[in-house]
Amino acid sequence: MKRYTIFVITENFIGILNRITIIFTRRGINIDALTASESRIPGVHRITIEVTVTEETVIQLVNQIEKIIDVIKAFHHEDSGVVYQELALYKLPVSRLDGGLEKIIRDHHAKIIAAEPDFVVLELTGHKEKTRELLEILKDYGILEFARSGRVAVAKRMLTIDSFVN
Amino acid sequence: METKMRGADIVVRSLIAEQAELIFGYPGGAIMPVYDALYDYHDQIKHVLTRHEQGAIHAAQGYARISGKVGVCLATSGPGATNLITGLADAQIDSTPLVCITGQVAAHLLGTDAFQETDVMGISMPATKWNIQVRHAKDIAPAIAKAFFIARSGRPGAVLIDITKNAQVELGEFNYSPCQEFRSYKTHHPVDLPAIQEAAALINSASRPYLLFGQGVILGKAEAELKFFLDKSGIPAASTLLGSGALSQDHPNYVGKLGMHGNYAPNLLTNQCDVLIAVGMRFDDRVTGDLSRYAKQAKVIHLELDPSEINKNVRAEVAVLGDCKESLSSLTEAITAKKHEAWMAKFRALEQQEKEAVVHLDLTPTKAGLTMGEVIHHINQYKADDAVLVTDVGQHQMIAWRYFNYKKTRTQVTSGGLGTMGFALPAALGAQLHDYSRQVICVVGDGGIQMTIQELGTIMQTKAPVKIVLLNNNYLGMVRQWQQMFFDKRYSFTELDNPDFVKLSEAYGIKAQKVDERSNLKEAIEDMLIHDGPYFLEVVVEKEDNVFPMIATGCSVEEVRLH
Repeated sequence: MKRYTIFVITENFIGILNRITIIFTRRGINIDALTASESRIPGVHRITIEVTVTEETVIQLVNQIEKIIDVIKAFHHEDSGVVYQELALYKLPVSRLDGGLEKIIRDHHAKIIAAEPDFVVLELTGHKEKTRELLEILKDYGILEFARSGRVAVAKRMLTIDSFVN
Repeated sequence: METKMRGADIVVRSLIAEQAELIFGYPGGAIMPVYDALYDYHDQIKHVLTRHEQGAIHAAQGYARISGKVGVCLATSGPGATNLITGLADAQIDSTPLVCITGQVAAHLLGTDAFQETDVMGISMPATKWNIQVRHAKDIAPAIAKAFFIARSGRPGAVLIDITKNAQVELGEFNYSPCQEFRSYKTHHPVDLPAIQEAAALINSASRPYLLFGQGVILGKAEAELKFFLDKSGIPAASTLLGSGALSQDHPNYVGKLGMHGNYAPNLLTNQCDVLIAVGMRFDDRVTGDLSRYAKQAKVIHLELDPSEINKNVRAEVAVLGDCKESLSSLTEAITAKKHEAWMAKFRALEQQEKEAVVHLDLTPTKAGLTMGEVIHHINQYKADDAVLVTDVGQHQMIAWRYFNYKKTRTQVTSGGLGTMGFALPAALGAQLHDYSRQVICVVGDGGIQMTIQELGTIMQTKAPVKIVLLNNNYLGMVRQWQQMFFDKRYSFTELDNPDFVKLSEAYGIKAQKVDERSNLKEAIEDMLIHDGPYFLEVVVEKEDNVFPMIATGCSVEEVRLH
């Protein structure tokens, strides 16, 4: 099993995400993360799915996704084939802040994006391993909430959406 | 020129524009405006009122399979729509082109648990090729145009359009333009010529090549191309369940049927061929048995329209993506003419073994009880060459398939992939309504017929001259066979106390006869087939007969058993 990123280029059609997830549900495969956004071309959306499966399975998943009528193109890459980023937010109680935290923020290149009387929110972008590492450290600071985005990714391959759309 | 009309009229006018001549359905609150519109167009489009929505959709499937056209079906919201689901799933897995239109509560009520509201989009999604909800009259015609295009093009399938009631009653512009293409949907893959050359090289150097054909040949209208390929190549060919009829069984290269209850040689020799050519078939588990021991010695060439089928179950050495009508003719040009007499003789020798061990006993039995096989054998004697065989699911289905003499394409309607009991009676009705003059023979078991027996009412009302042959063993026979073979004869809930089917048919005004003795069988079948109008023939068959050959679950094709 390996970690793959599946890219789906699709029409912006109601229910498309449901049709895609059904393919995973049917085979009993868990989606590790999923993000959806508009693309560079108006009306065309892109969905990025992170999944841990065998190569044979990922090929079948992609074939099934591409078979969906409103999907323009689907393809997959291993981690080495994509540039990707994730964003994590950490909510900490103000009462637990001390001098040690400043060093942690500096070392991890995190930043404080909100400060309220009761809590602060830190932001860190990076790969999962990096955001997880900070999470472990912040557990000692009584972390209140943690949220991480799905993978936002672009393929390294020099193919553009236009070549699929036109 | 654009004109404004009610959404309901747009629905009917769009169906007429798509040349839908006959639709099946059942009215109800949320689809009433469309039914009201149908009243005005009854001279241009016919509607058949079934007795249940499941009957409507199976009838539309039967109609589609025989006509090659898109089957159309109408139902109301809520239970009307949910009753279609089995048919949608059945049509989708067997690649039958269908457009189903369901009414839906008014748009402002969506999501409020309104009366007869159900999330039809969500429920039908996994069972359709495409579905759409329309909430405005102006969007109806484009949705129907797209639906017909998607249902019939590429690998055909089931499409559902859910139309809210407000969209049916409000006014909208009507200017119909058929859908030809759109950017996210690729229906045509040009034949890959290097792959054809590669495939031809494999075939030309093969000493034991073997061809399997499926329904793709029928859907792709490639029956003639298949025949030319076989004529030139000399390669033995076997059919899947749904492929039957694509090649006349009289063809010298035809060697029989594949799968769990197919013929002996075609299954066994799958594991002895050196090149396996699969045309328009998807290596269903009922065909392959244990995949890890399926044709491992062979180089596989797969001619297939649907890219997601390639390498799904069986890895192809050469995959030829595209329409098999084109790829088969390119392949025929690229191969050298051959004969494979010694290899063919192997099939014939095993066929002889099957005849002695199974076929003779089935067709000309010596025991007292009637066999399902002898019923089909007699039907073969009297049927027309283009007679349509419609079957349900179970023992009778396998026996009828094994022994029916397929001579022409589009002569079979059965539920293959989904295995839907209750399919046959309404499907036969639909097939018959496409062409009243064609012989449509519905062979059905006593279990399956009772799942949709209410459609005798539709047969009565339409006077569709369907010939119904009930093979009655007072058992859910296939399940009983498995209980006997694999569950220690523990016949758990498989025996049926049945009604008097003859009286029941007569109550519906359908002429009926019951046969329980061999001496009356032949004449009864002849009587049935010459009768002008619907006919119900109940044949009481041996209670505990089994279907052989058989590949038991988990076994390899070469472990096919004769008894």
